[in-house]
Amino acid sequence: MRSGMGWALLGSELSVLFRRLRTWAMLIALAAVPILIAVAVKLSSRPTAPGRGPLFLDRITQNGLFVAVTALVVCVPLFLPLTVGVVAGDTIAGEANLGTLRYLLIAPAGRIRLLLVKYAGAVAFCCAATATVAASGALAGVVLFPVGPVTLLSGDTISVGESALRSLLIAAYITVSLLGLSAIGLLISTPVGAMAATIVLSVVSQVLDNLPQLEWLHPWLFSHHWLSFADLLRQPISWTSFGENALLQAGYIAVCGALAYAKFSNKDVLS
Amino acid sequence: MNESRTAASLGANECAAPVRSSDLVIETHGLVKRFGHRSAVDGIDLAVPRGSVFGFLGPNGSGKTTTIRVLLGLASANSGDIRVLGKEMPQALASVLPDVGALVEGPGFYPFLSGTGNLMRLDAADPHASSSTRRRRVHDALERVGLSHAAGKKVRAYSLGMKQRLGLANAMLRPRDLLVLDEPTNGLDPQGTREVRNLVRSLAAGGTTVFVSSHLLAEVEQMCSHVGVMSAGRLVAQGPIEELRSAGQAHVVVQTPDVDLASRVLTRLGLVPAEATGTGGPWGTPAVVGTGINGRVPESIVAALVAEGVRVRGFTVENASLEERFVSLTGEGFDVVG
Repeated sequence: MRSGMGWALLGSELSVLFRRLRTWAMLIALAAVPILIAVAVKLSSRPTAPGRGPLFLDRITQNGLFVAVTALVVCVPLFLPLTVGVVAGDTIAGEANLGTLRYLLIAPAGRIRLLLVKYAGAVAFCCAATATVAASGALAGVVLFPVGPVTLLSGDTISVGESALRSLLIAAYITVSLLGLSAIGLLISTPVGAMAATIVLSVVSQVLDNLPQLEWLHPWLFSHHWLSFADLLRQPISWTSFGENALLQAGYIAVCGALAYAKFSNKDVLS
Repeated sequence: MNESRTAASLGANECAAPVRSSDLVIETHGLVKRFGHRSAVDGIDLAVPRGSVFGFLGPNGSGKTTTIRVLLGLASANSGDIRVLGKEMPQALASVLPDVGALVEGPGFYPFLSGTGNLMRLDAADPHASSSTRRRRVHDALERVGLSHAAGKKVRAYSLGMKQRLGLANAMLRPRDLLVLDEPTNGLDPQGTREVRNLVRSLAAGGTTVFVSSHLLAEVEQMCSHVGVMSAGRLVAQGPIEELRSAGQAHVVVQTPDVDLASRVLTRLGLVPAEATGTGGPWGTPAVVGTGINGRVPESIVAALVAEGVRVRGFTVENASLEERFVSLTGEGFDVVG
């Protein structure tokens, strides 16, 4: 049967996700971050001293294109994990709380299929979240500040169009960074709920990443490469950190996905 | 409850013909489900014949919902065999469930979606459901349960009764071979209860087997052809409802002024006499109730009474009411609210 592919469930999952007030509230909050940054920089009389405040903050007044990048840097440690934690940590548990999990399984959605679709929904939210920050930042930058060719970390200068592309690349990098966290959320969420646990884990991971005593552990922390996207601001682009990050996240997806499947495939659904 | 006390002849109980496995829509053998050390379902052998309206009756907490969860693959059994629609479960879940509609432990919906939106969502979860007919099927199902007027309303604004109806609509999104309805009249007003009863009857007339759980005896009595009685995790009785009714302790009621004499005669015949509470008959005649007929022909009892000189003013043979039968099967605390 044509409809047996399961695309209908994915479509329905996305439509439920994006018809939910909660999703829009979080996206609007994320969109507000770059606007707040841009307005604050615009209104402050003193120019930001280089090296103070978040990365690239001092560059915003010269070039509005840096608003998006600065906002992404600001959002990575807390705001993005927070919203992703709410969505990913609520994937299966949210359905269980509403009592819809049993009806999806009776339908029958199939447990593996449901897990995959739920994870796809979380990934879609990661994309939407970073894209929202990037887009809102670009818009705020263009409106409030002069826009021109951008000087990269390597000293090269690139055009406005190319720099927009770089912003998108950074957004993509951060999206990939959040995929491991999403998989962790999915695992914790099957089926006892844990938005909070997911968010706490992301904070713990970042704290551990800052303890020099635990240096051996750092490469294994899913947040280890979260802010290492500076390589994307060089000419030519160095893909090393992108690759390392992607590999690490893929590892988390594989392990947490397998564990989530093992946990969920024969779990009694009693809610 | 009044007609359950009808007089009936004491002819041989009609025994149902043994049911072949292929005629069973649900069949379990030694089904056990434990939570920790407590057995919620303790080795039950269910046999639900095709085309029946099977009442799954028992007090709250007797294991009905747990059984339903296991039948539908939501929970796994600790031991025992399950066949649903003739296929081994839970191995055949994916091919069996599309033909099964279910309402399990109350409705569960997305409060931020409309009634239509919820049904579209749940229908999309079924890979066998055709997307081209989805909208029409959802519309039809809503109409069937009388929710058309509220189809576009968010479920958040639904009353419990409306949610219950939406749950029923969800169970009927596609033509089903088996409907499993767990307490379908919960939260419904008398009008809604009657509608559910009619709905179940019309579905059964269309060939769908309906497995309906309830803790309300009256409900089961009014719509079911078969019944299974759960008590503390065990299936204590099961069969056609008439068979269960007649399996109860039948008794004779003798209306006579000669209570003592009648009691002695009944005792001699092997019955257990007891003075009836209240007065029976138009003349305020006292009555003696005798239990333990044991296949004795009623007219022989009358003959013996008359031969001893008992002035028999009235003589009836009464079947135990279903209510008495269920109370005796399930013990005290059984909710028999009509």
